[in-house]
Amino acid sequence: MMIPSAAKKQKKSSLFRPTLGDRVFDICNGVFLVLLCVVTIYPMYYVVAASFSNNIALLTNPGFLPYPRGFNAGAYRLAFSHPLLVSGYQNSLIYLGTALPINLVMTLFCGYFMASKGVLLKKPIIALIMFTMFFSGGMIPIYLNIRNLGLFNSLWSLTLPGAMSVFNCIICKTAIEAVPDSLQESAYIDGANDFVIVFRIIFPLIMPTVAVLLLYYGVAHWNSWFPASLYIEDRTRLPVQNILRAVLIANSDILNAAATENDRIDQFAETIKYAAIVITTVPVLCIYPFLQRYFVKGVMIGAVKG
Amino acid sequence: MTTSPPRAKFGSPYNPYKRKSIGQIIARDYKQNKYKYLMVLPVLVFIAVFAYTPMTGLVIAFKEFRPRLGIAGSKWVGLTHFENFFNDIFFVRILRNTFSISLLNILFGFPAPILLALLLNEVRNNKFKRSVQTITYMPYFISLIVACALIRVYSQNNGLFSQIAVAFGGTRQNLLMNKNAFYPIYVISEIWQQIGWNSIIYLAALSSIDQEQYEAARIDGANRFKQILYVTLPGLLPTIMILFILRMGSVLNVGFEKIILLYSEATYEVSDVISTYLYRRGIVAENPSFSYATAIGLFNSVVNLTFLLVFNWLAKKATKSSLF
Repeated sequence: MMIPSAAKKQKKSSLFRPTLGDRVFDICNGVFLVLLCVVTIYPMYYVVAASFSNNIALLTNPGFLPYPRGFNAGAYRLAFSHPLLVSGYQNSLIYLGTALPINLVMTLFCGYFMASKGVLLKKPIIALIMFTMFFSGGMIPIYLNIRNLGLFNSLWSLTLPGAMSVFNCIICKTAIEAVPDSLQESAYIDGANDFVIVFRIIFPLIMPTVAVLLLYYGVAHWNSWFPASLYIEDRTRLPVQNILRAVLIANSDILNAAATENDRIDQFAETIKYAAIVITTVPVLCIYPFLQRYFVKGVMIGAVKG
Repeated sequence: MTTSPPRAKFGSPYNPYKRKSIGQIIARDYKQNKYKYLMVLPVLVFIAVFAYTPMTGLVIAFKEFRPRLGIAGSKWVGLTHFENFFNDIFFVRILRNTFSISLLNILFGFPAPILLALLLNEVRNNKFKRSVQTITYMPYFISLIVACALIRVYSQNNGLFSQIAVAFGGTRQNLLMNKNAFYPIYVISEIWQQIGWNSIIYLAALSSIDQEQYEAARIDGANRFKQILYVTLPGLLPTIMILFILRMGSVLNVGFEKIILLYSEATYEVSDVISTYLYRRGIVAENPSFSYATAIGLFNSVVNLTFLLVFNWLAKKATKSSLF
């Protein structure tokens, strides 16, 4: 007979000896997960290997790529100096730089309002905000709206419609609700108004959530291409994803056309695509692992409490 | 009537049940919460301009919209566009494809992260577990453009997928031009991109299962498989239920950006969905018919909303938790 306390101890000392079945299971599980990781990573590895490959070798054999075929970093040199890629990169950075501060302030304000207590019009206002999550005008009316506002061909056509995501506001709201009320109350008594409370008290306390929200917004902006494909016609104003789209998906030769040294582009026509992918994707992939432990919060709230 | 709340005089009996006039309530609310309203003001302006204004633009679904005349000046045509849509030769096709892609995606894409979470939960070595998590999250952060570009590269005649297909006795071909290959490519790449990210929520739910239940099961002689079956899965069931119901609520939301990036005329038969058809008719076409495309969009939104409400109601009934 075992008593519970004994059972608890055994978990640490692992008196339960793993059976043969357990071992087989563990090994299979481990092998399967390693395989999954290989399958997950391989496409990114492929991109890196392809970007360092020899252009002609890659063109003739684009299948399985265990290592770079030939070694040549020329594609990167070209990608970093190509006017369209550089302008795309710049546009994306400007887009992020203007959008993120707006996102942050709007989300904090909206989350703070949603988390506030004893506000007379809170319910109807929240209902108005939440409704936009479930119903929208749809592609054409939104498109016409942006046109009417005169935002065509400007960066604001990307920044303003994405100024806030209700979903992220709810994540922010839940984080604010977890801050003890007494902190806000004592700040009130000391004469702080709501703005001071949001920026001086709430903001530092929910930093992890803010970091995750900035990551969500940032990745969404960085990876977005559809709005820009609708609203922005001027090539030199397109964000980098749209340049990638033209090069990778539409197979257009805008890279050649815009380059001053045509012959050099031809030498790297295929590999420069992969170099461009690496340059645009690596920044994002370098950031998320550091915020990984905070993901749980955001996802939990978002999915269950919606 | 006073505009500011009366101050309780010293010694006067304070009666919280005494009814205040509406004016007093508003004045008090304004005085206490004016900054909160000031904060929510930009949010309200934002949704008014970028969410509700387009909603009013939906009226062009009932008009023959001419950009020159403006929304107000265009003439009413009633339900003509909807009738045309229901009689459209492509109506059945795009509806069928929308449901097919979405349901296939749920059928295979929904259980995958649960399975991954269950397997990760069995891993004892924390470092290994965290590494697997980090790696499987990665594709979620890769842009759709890049993901689809890779799919295209792998699907070409001499690409990786074709090599695999040939190894298994298939023929050398461009898989994206093959109608039968579109759904597998779409669903598998979707799993590749989402599996790690979607497993987060299940892993969180798993960590809240009481460890003593496992000990009790072990004492009763349950092996690892039986522990998963009788302890882990039941503990996970509420989360699975609610997520499944919510997922069903957005059954008509197909990732149409991805389809735009992957489809071609060769595969329209299986890949053209409501939103891509709308996009072609309303934006890409040389003479975009804004009204017709808006009618299609409105149809899509209304069906979506209906699904959402029905499944939300089901969620409330079944699990006592819901979206709203």
